[in-house]
Amino acid sequence: MTPATEAELAEAVRSATAPLWIRGGGTRPVGNTAAEGAGTVLSTAGLSGVELYEPGALTLVVAAGTPLAEVERTLAAENQRLPFEPMDHRALLGTTGEPTIGGVAAANVSGPRRIQAGACRDSMIGLRFVDGQGQVLRNGGRVMKNVTGYDLVKLLAGSRGTLGVLTQVAFKVLPATAAQATVMIEGLSDASAVDAMCRALASPFEVSGAAHMPQGPDGTPLTLLRVEGFENSVKYRAGRLHEMLGALGPMRDEADPEASAALWKSVRDAEAFAGTPGDVWRLSVVPTEAAAIATRLGAGRLLYDWGGGLIWAELAPGTDLRARLGPFEGHATLVRASAETRKTLPVFQPEPAPLDRIAAGLRQRFDPRNLLNPGLMA
Amino acid sequence: MEMPSPDPRIIAKKSRLVSLLQGVLPDEAVIHEPHETRAYECDALTAYKCPPLCVVLPGSTEEVAAVMRICHAEGVPVVPRGAGTSLAGGSLPTADSVVLGVSRLTDVLEADYRNRVIRVQTGRTNLSVTGAVEENDFFYAPDPSSQLACAIAGNIGMNSGGAHCLKYGVTTNNLLGVTMVLADGTVTQVGGAYMDAPGLDLLGVICGSEGQLGIVTEATLRILHKPEGARPVLMGFDSDEVAGECVSDIIKAGVLPVAIEFMDRPCIEATEDFAKAGYPMCEALLIVEVEGSPAEIDEQLAVILEIARRHDPVELRESKSPEESAAIWLGRKAAFGAMGQINDYMCLDGTIPVSALPLVLKRINELSRHYGLDVANVFHAGDGNMHPLILFDANKPGDLELCEAFGADILKLCVEVGGCLTGEHGVGIEKRDLMLDQYDPADLEAQMWVKDVFDPNWLLNPAKVFPLRVSAGRREASRAA
Repeated sequence: MTPATEAELAEAVRSATAPLWIRGGGTRPVGNTAAEGAGTVLSTAGLSGVELYEPGALTLVVAAGTPLAEVERTLAAENQRLPFEPMDHRALLGTTGEPTIGGVAAANVSGPRRIQAGACRDSMIGLRFVDGQGQVLRNGGRVMKNVTGYDLVKLLAGSRGTLGVLTQVAFKVLPATAAQATVMIEGLSDASAVDAMCRALASPFEVSGAAHMPQGPDGTPLTLLRVEGFENSVKYRAGRLHEMLGALGPMRDEADPEASAALWKSVRDAEAFAGTPGDVWRLSVVPTEAAAIATRLGAGRLLYDWGGGLIWAELAPGTDLRARLGPFEGHATLVRASAETRKTLPVFQPEPAPLDRIAAGLRQRFDPRNLLNPGLMA
Repeated sequence: MEMPSPDPRIIAKKSRLVSLLQGVLPDEAVIHEPHETRAYECDALTAYKCPPLCVVLPGSTEEVAAVMRICHAEGVPVVPRGAGTSLAGGSLPTADSVVLGVSRLTDVLEADYRNRVIRVQTGRTNLSVTGAVEENDFFYAPDPSSQLACAIAGNIGMNSGGAHCLKYGVTTNNLLGVTMVLADGTVTQVGGAYMDAPGLDLLGVICGSEGQLGIVTEATLRILHKPEGARPVLMGFDSDEVAGECVSDIIKAGVLPVAIEFMDRPCIEATEDFAKAGYPMCEALLIVEVEGSPAEIDEQLAVILEIARRHDPVELRESKSPEESAAIWLGRKAAFGAMGQINDYMCLDGTIPVSALPLVLKRINELSRHYGLDVANVFHAGDGNMHPLILFDANKPGDLELCEAFGADILKLCVEVGGCLTGEHGVGIEKRDLMLDQYDPADLEAQMWVKDVFDPNWLLNPAKVFPLRVSAGRREASRAA
């Protein structure tokens, strides 16, 4: 089903009697999709278009099914952008189709700039959605400071369609930057790289990306630090990072904006894992614990982003990473695995009992008939 | 402002409740003598007062949990209180409630510079969080103007903002984890020193829930290294409209100032009389501040000044020294004090789309004439968060009611132009009954679902946020149970 209006979508939910599998562009099938055989796919692709854009107020309101590419084009025309640099999952997951802004919001998809500009949920300032009974509801608005009632915007961000079907999302956007440069350090061990990234991020130099590739483009380790802004400022801050970290190893700059952007796209999209055979896990950890955790994983392939706070790891199919790792502060998501593996290993980290009860209670309230992506986040 | 009538059965068992609480807390942490509970009868919305049944000041998460277990078992409402600086009546007690204050929970548990987080108990004041990391040149970004006094617990409850939100965001954007005691006394952790949630983003809905979902006793907050420097520029314009256009043009030019503050003529006049900051007498004044190294500041200010000149400013004052910077900020920082010198005032907090600024200021002036009360506007212009200050005389019969009616009209105007009732102060009791002007009943129902799940008996801060008639069924069901 691809309703053409919010009202039609609400009616589709109201009249549903079997599970609804909510789709934006269908490019991020993350979650337990075991039960997807029964029921109907409900696409938001029919709800498309920019509904309000005020560059002078840094505000964008857009229908949930709008292609992400269209959103980015609209913003670029005014020299603005989505602050959180959303990942494109297609290469990693081998999917095709057109990512939508609603899918980005529903999965709280953020990229390398998360460390400086916040996650997708931090830029979301309002939304409209259809709950499990087919009611159209709204929360937040179009202004960036708003504490009027509970923040359901954050709750719905990342709820992957299990609390409601997003129909419209409002964002705070930011100016695009005039220049960027990537400072690169060669040959660091994972532990030294994490240390270097922590030092860079604890500096006043506004680092907007901090990633480490244990196997860089030429097969040897490469640590990346990005600075963005006005041209002279970028040069200045890159220079200061050289002074700070120069003793660690050979350093060079990627000052060509396109080459720099390509590097960050490869980090953002975890391109190193595209087409590889193993399961891909995404771990959210305390940055200074990243290298030790990675060692315990024994992964075949690794990528660190968010200054170490995000680890991408490839393990042999079916490996229970959580059992191997034991307790740690943070969580692990099984982003890519066969359907069989996703039946046996929870895709999302099991939560402490009180939070589990709260999450179940919220799902029961927002979707009492258990029709919206049932079991997807279980 | 209507409050629910207290439950006589709870008031009747006060002595039993006090002895139960004394069983789990040190004697001095249970305040129950009427002359002592009066100190907790209101917060910074002083027009409304009601002493609680008693006040508890637990000294640990475990003690908070023990209090919550007792109140849960006894069916007693709990009103959480940070530092009592709420301008919205967020911690106004009811006569049948226990006020749970976090003022003894002030420890820094861990300052972790490498991971750029600090873990604190939530009774700690906002400014003393920065104070704890300042010697290493770090700071905690959200800076509500009450930051000297307000507690992190209240900041989380209200999702507080401040003058620097345009660049650094508000509390929710700087909060990574909490330790929370649920309504039944269960202690749980949500989030931590990592950057996203494993499942539903519960932290996101806890922040800004006005103490209605649980008692947050510890928080993991993001800290940042201080910028190398900051410098403001002051500009005066002869119309609101031009000042508004200037703000919009600065933002469109790709500069992201850390703060853009706006003051209108009545506000400039009042602060000049009081603080003598040497501000130009004009219709609208902007203070724009940028950060970075000296050269980076120059680069950004060059762009900003060029834009300002295009709008024919009546004054353009660039700071060349820390003294000049302080002089530029002097009047703005004295604005609220200046108003207090003139009269009693009510500070509103609606947010509007920046583009609606001229229209909203014009309508506020019309309303001012209609109600016969003066109003001055201070405004975080970059993010649209207005702070109209309505002057009234609390000793003059009927003036408070007139002021409230005027305030309600301004807030409805904010909603009408696409904004909201409150940008950073919270709903509390103050804006509770206006919520249906912003939201449909079903939208509020969805918010109340969240409370139903976290606090099924509706015992936590029950008469706040939602219009009384909207929450009546739930509150009465809880009382009957």
